[in-house]
Amino acid sequence: MELHKKRKLINNIALALSLAAMSFGLFWLAWILITILQLGIAGLSVAVFTQMTPPPGSAGGLANAIFGSFVMVGLATLIGTPVGILAGVYLAEYGRSTVLGHVTRFINDILLSAPSIVIGLFVYAAVVVPMGKFSGFAGVLALALLVMPVVIRTTENMLRLVPDSLREAAAALGAPKWVMILQVTVRASQAGIITGVLLAVARIAGETAPLMFTALSNQFWSTALTEPMANLPMTIFRFAMSPFKDWQELAWAGVLLITMGVLILNIAARTLFKQKITS
Amino acid sequence: MANVTLQAASTVKPPLAPQAQLVIRNFNFYYGGFHALKNINMDIYKGRVTAFIGPSGCGKSTLLRTLNRMYSLYPEQRAEGELLLDGKNLLDSDLDLNDLRARIGMVFQKPTPFPMSIYDNIAFGVRLHEKMSRGQMDERVEWALQRAALWNEVKDKLNQSGMSLSGGQQQRLCIARGIAVKPEILLLDEPTSALDPISTLRIEELIHDLKKDFTIVIVTHNMQQAARVSDYTAYMYLGEVVEFDLTDTLFIKPKKKETEDYITGRFG
Repeated sequence: MELHKKRKLINNIALALSLAAMSFGLFWLAWILITILQLGIAGLSVAVFTQMTPPPGSAGGLANAIFGSFVMVGLATLIGTPVGILAGVYLAEYGRSTVLGHVTRFINDILLSAPSIVIGLFVYAAVVVPMGKFSGFAGVLALALLVMPVVIRTTENMLRLVPDSLREAAAALGAPKWVMILQVTVRASQAGIITGVLLAVARIAGETAPLMFTALSNQFWSTALTEPMANLPMTIFRFAMSPFKDWQELAWAGVLLITMGVLILNIAARTLFKQKITS
Repeated sequence: MANVTLQAASTVKPPLAPQAQLVIRNFNFYYGGFHALKNINMDIYKGRVTAFIGPSGCGKSTLLRTLNRMYSLYPEQRAEGELLLDGKNLLDSDLDLNDLRARIGMVFQKPTPFPMSIYDNIAFGVRLHEKMSRGQMDERVEWALQRAALWNEVKDKLNQSGMSLSGGQQQRLCIARGIAVKPEILLLDEPTSALDPISTLRIEELIHDLKKDFTIVIVTHNMQQAARVSDYTAYMYLGEVVEFDLTDTLFIKPKKKETEDYITGRFG
């Protein structure tokens, strides 16, 4: 009985500490979300989606920035995802314990933890300087370089979760390795891989640093990838730092849009993953 | 008189002598530097059930996994000697492994349904080796599920995921998947060790039924199971075949003391 009481007490202390830590984290998160909602909704209107970024003092919206962000994030995902998934398949299915596999995994870990500003500066030196100007294309490239390591890592991890017994079972039926990968292991880890892609998209949607040196920004509507391109993070950065109240309000509206976008992506990723587990 | 008796004697056929389908000669196997199987010599008889028994780590699963070259998935594992199927050495480097595995099927200890429908689980292997129409495939899937005694339970939900079945059903699905390819030999690696007693019984009944069409090799840690289902039994210990004989002989009158100790439960 003494022992039981002691265990209960220790349990309660541990529980209290965990709860305190959790509420500390949640407190700031809630504060951030409430602030964004309060300030963002005030700036939100139909004009945000239909009008261009205005000069200070006149009415306008974020249409060109929203469009630019969509285009750049979309293209970066289209480029980074296939490369990332293929590399992840290599690491999990072919290069598990090869030298090339180890080296690739190590480099990918470095890329994964590299500050995004480093990627931005790299693309600046490699693309922007030789081209002689900032461009949407350079922005796409910088974002794709951020998508890749995330997708590589999640694809490899998800494929590794597939038990080897499933690989052996496919091989025992006389399946060539590529059939085994396509029809069995990738299929078994489909939901996880898609989740990884969505999380990568969520990550680059709010990245500012890599765009600062590549796509820069654009006050006007421009669909040309060879020209500087408007985008939400850079617009938020410029508008929020400005002394003009209407610019600041638009910046908050932009913050709300990105947060909502990322939130929706995260929820989508989670429900996808959950569905797969229960099915 | 003499003539008559001679005639009579020649018409009485002796029980069909078993025909060796897979001949194992001077066979050695290594996990890296570890010598796991030592000089194995054994015949696997056509249309019979052969069981490998022995304590954990004796090499019975290892031996089974060499028969369809499963070990070739792992570069650090290698085999030496002869594994003759129709006179062809299965260890030859020019052998088409996918072809071999169509001829020698395998079912594993844990059920391994693929993440696809029950129908596609069966059709997966068939599609790899044969081209056939949808109608023929339907027939093949039904045939395999019938033979695995699963048809009645799943015929109305062929489109459901194979993972939605119970453990025993999943294992019968894996057996159906294995026989759908129409192999000559079926390897069973402790097929019931993850199952409840009733599912185990069903699978044992299935083995009896399947040996009409397939040669079966089964690894089991359960001696009673070996006695129930097999025609021949090999007792293995420390990577060697200690004794290989008709199951009845091995269990009732083992020739070696070690075998007797193991099957009477004094050791193992």
